[in-house]
Amino acid sequence: MRFSGWKIISQGLSGNRGWRGMWRNAEPKLEYDVIIVGAGHGLAAAYYLAKNHKISRVAVLEKSWLGSGNIGRNTTIVRSNYLLKENQPFYELSLRLWEDLEQELNYNVMVSQRGVFNLFHSDSQRDAFVRRGNAMRFSGADSELLDGNQLRKIAPYLDYENARFPIMGALWQPRGGTVRHDAVVWGYARAANNLGVDIIQNCEVTNFLIENGSCVGVETTKGPIRSARTGVCVAGSSSLLMSKVDIRLPIESHVLQAFVSEGLKPVLSSVITFGAGHFYISQSDKGGLVFGGDIDGYNSYAQRGNLPVVEDVCEGGMAVMPIIGRAKLLRMWGGVMDMSMDGSPFIDRTHIPNLYFNGGWCYGGFKATPASGYCMAHLIACNDSHKAAKGFRLDRFEYGNAIDEKGVGAQPNLH
Amino acid sequence: MIINHPLLGPRFASEFVILGDASLIKRPQWDEEDAAKKFYEYLFLRDNPCGIHQELWFHEFGDRSWLVVTRNTETHEILGVELARDIALLEGRGK
Repeated sequence: MRFSGWKIISQGLSGNRGWRGMWRNAEPKLEYDVIIVGAGHGLAAAYYLAKNHKISRVAVLEKSWLGSGNIGRNTTIVRSNYLLKENQPFYELSLRLWEDLEQELNYNVMVSQRGVFNLFHSDSQRDAFVRRGNAMRFSGADSELLDGNQLRKIAPYLDYENARFPIMGALWQPRGGTVRHDAVVWGYARAANNLGVDIIQNCEVTNFLIENGSCVGVETTKGPIRSARTGVCVAGSSSLLMSKVDIRLPIESHVLQAFVSEGLKPVLSSVITFGAGHFYISQSDKGGLVFGGDIDGYNSYAQRGNLPVVEDVCEGGMAVMPIIGRAKLLRMWGGVMDMSMDGSPFIDRTHIPNLYFNGGWCYGGFKATPASGYCMAHLIACNDSHKAAKGFRLDRFEYGNAIDEKGVGAQPNLH
Repeated sequence: MIINHPLLGPRFASEFVILGDASLIKRPQWDEEDAAKKFYEYLFLRDNPCGIHQELWFHEFGDRSWLVVTRNTETHEILGVELARDIALLEGRGK
């Protein structure tokens, strides 16, 4: 079924009896051309495999229900404001795919280009943001540098006279913004399903089938499934799954917490990040303030964090935006982040033929969803990296090619 | 999380910073034959287990000792705390 305004009117007049499920709940077949493990970025990969590369005998295996992983549990921000040449073109490709995604998928994923502001507090930080803004423009992205007076007109409620971090201005990416995360899952699932992709929920992959040294499928809780090629997009569980074939990854799993306040009237028109104080915030369309900060810092698979970081994030919020002091916290949660050794991801072959790996997204995977799927599909179909993801090699540390935006070295909890 | 410091008793985890997997104590020798490969694996690759994990914590806002904490990464339960110094001495490192 194709969604349109006409469809809403005709369904409204006929009692809304014609709406159907968004996708089939498929049972696994014995064999596929491609198996994708993980239905986050994996859904996008399956969609682009079918759409761009005409490979539609594809299965996406999800260990739980669709959208139960990080793709349905994040702070929904999209942006392309990176510095390094390996990262920025990739994230700009992603932002361009976001801009056309609703037409592409025929699904309202609520892309809202409300702008992202990165605050700066010193001359040297402004210089660094000027450089970053120029790097963004080289990749074709947009960026504007605002001084304090310009920013005051847009966001008068910030604490400009803060003693420790006086706000001198911001690097602004007008095309950045937010996207409804659940709708991204449903939109990709529906579009992939319409192209013949099997989406199999509650089917956990427990091992890989290896014959003559190459990957020929997976063992699952629903039995073995064979495939010509297998792609792994399981984010926080990457190390666990790849350890089945004795691959040690340059990844640690960490917990990141996020928070939503009670619903408020519109107060924040854009996304504001206060990097110096480890705090970023936006307002959802339902009115809740959605905010977060740093990861807790210790290895964790618990999907929940501890209170010191809650305090730290709320202190950051109060420091930069005192008006939120009366808002009540409605809910908070923790997700498992696949923190890589340089803060940048991997989209690459493994040393096992026909086994491909996608992971290491740290706490920035949501914004990358379309480009990650796009480049993963290209990698699986062509057995070669897409030009936008050429730097994301799994063995890059062995050759000194780390992509370290912050320059902090092999210390995952500092990225 | 509360870390039961062997010398100072129970201390709040926010007094500490974590470095990572306790295997980081076992730095390879620079003059080994395949030292480059060993350092690559030492520095960049991790087991990253779900469950029992031994890790190095530094009591930065306390007595500045290094601890080896045995912790469950699935539940955050802390199962054991030892001084990293004691472990290194037991292994015959240092004097």
